Amino acid sequence: MNVAPARPAEEAGIVIEHLSHTYAPEAGTGVLALDDVSLTVERGSFHALLGPSGCGKSTLLFCIGGFLPLQAGRIRTARGPVSGPGPERGVVFQNFALFPWKTVRENVLYGIGKRGIRGAAAREIAQHFIDLVHLTGFEGSFPSQLSGGMQQRAALARTLAAEPDILLMDEPFGALDAQTRRIMQEELLAIWRQTEKTVVFVTHDVAEAVYLADAISVMSARPGRIRETVAAGFNRDPDPAVVRRPAFTDLVELLWELVKSEVEACRPALASVA
Amino acid sequence: MPSGFGERRVRGIFVRYAPLLIIALVWEAVTRLGLVSGTLLPPFSTVLLSFVTLLRDGTLVPNALASLMRGAAGLALAIAGGSALGAGMALSPRVDTAVGPLVQAFYPLPKTALVPLVMVWFGLGDMAKIVLIFLGCLLPVILGTYNGLRGVDRVLAWSARSLGASRREVVREVLFPAAMPQILTGLRTATAFAFLLMVASELIIANNGLGYLIGSLGDNGAYPAMFASILTVTALGFLADRGFAAISRRLLRWRA
Repeated sequence: MNVAPARPAEEAGIVIEHLSHTYAPEAGTGVLALDDVSLTVERGSFHALLGPSGCGKSTLLFCIGGFLPLQAGRIRTARGPVSGPGPERGVVFQNFALFPWKTVRENVLYGIGKRGIRGAAAREIAQHFIDLVHLTGFEGSFPSQLSGGMQQRAALARTLAAEPDILLMDEPFGALDAQTRRIMQEELLAIWRQTEKTVVFVTHDVAEAVYLADAISVMSARPGRIRETVAAGFNRDPDPAVVRRPAFTDLVELLWELVKSEVEACRPALASVA
Repeated sequence: MPSGFGERRVRGIFVRYAPLLIIALVWEAVTRLGLVSGTLLPPFSTVLLSFVTLLRDGTLVPNALASLMRGAAGLALAIAGGSALGAGMALSPRVDTAVGPLVQAFYPLPKTALVPLVMVWFGLGDMAKIVLIFLGCLLPVILGTYNGLRGVDRVLAWSARSLGASRREVVREVLFPAAMPQILTGLRTATAFAFLLMVASELIIANNGLGYLIGSLGDNGAYPAMFASILTVTALGFLADRGFAAISRRLLRWRA
């Protein structure tokens, strides 16, 4: 396991130390979703959390987001310990979570308004981010009028417009079709190279993780632990043919073996439930 | 806008309400042909004539206004109180624990059963009717608000929080707009209940209002005028519902 000796979070992007989380239902016994997770996400890096469904990777992301109460352990960013949601940690959800009663522009304006910027200046910033995600011309559309891919572009624009240092992405392309997903991955990388944000990206898609990330942490099946963190770094290469290089495919294969063993470890447990 | 659009719209409305027209025609026919006794069911045209008479002699408008005033007052109080209670229950477990069982116990009780009690407590005037309408309309408003707010996807609130909204702002700017479809459904049900209780309470004891008019005309055997009053209540209820639906469509135009 790759446990970082506690470095100051000002240097690193995010430092997670001995984080555990139990979901306690109103009745019955709790489920241990995260078990003593320690992880350092380098500042400005693209860090993927990879693992089988239900391994706690989204829980870990929601803890970093400050949405779940911290039960054990701590999380620090350059702004100090995480104790709740904050605009320095922007989030993109799998199901977009756009405000359906607001147009694309109004959605993007929401976080800009919360920064105290209004009027023409706010509209200019909104337009910049709408253009950045290629939604020009759809400013007045409601989310229900857009395709899934376009909704996720709008959600990304809304999050980026709040100018977070850290971008937390929870399987953001999981609900999209394969072609759209591929295009969105390329565009996300292009945007990330421009903005130099720290990204934590949750996915169960091995190739997606290898394509996008500097570092990939493979999580074990429940209870979630960090099983291994490996370096990738193919994201620094703008050549689209990078995905066919042996180094790329070897890494995908290696990680797949790891993930597969975790999925298989789950199976007896699933059988006993069924 | 092309003129063809207006024409098509008129035709659409005609087609939608054609069944009502057919009922009016059948009504007229069966009474004129003597298939139904004219005292049990006066011909539709006679009812329409009595409607005009009631309108001209100044009976209908003051009574309708008296009823609508009671209905509007009771409904307005129910919307104010019900949305506050529903929101309190949805947002605060403490309020939910305190008020929830009361609401559940009160829910299945037919509010018309409270008419005598409310009359004893609040007298025979407007207050009793307004209280009754308020009580009847309260629950659909509470339930619409409560279920609407409880059903909002938590990630919407999380999104707003991570974009820099405070908890209070999340309630106002995210939870209420997201719950609006269900809140409006509750209000629509409440509007229908307001008409029901308005007429029911006036039928039992009142000295004006449409319910009173229906009751007293019926007692005096003035059936065409009674039918005209019933049709007036129906038309007002229908207009209120259509108006409400139009406002809802406007507010919810973001839905696909």
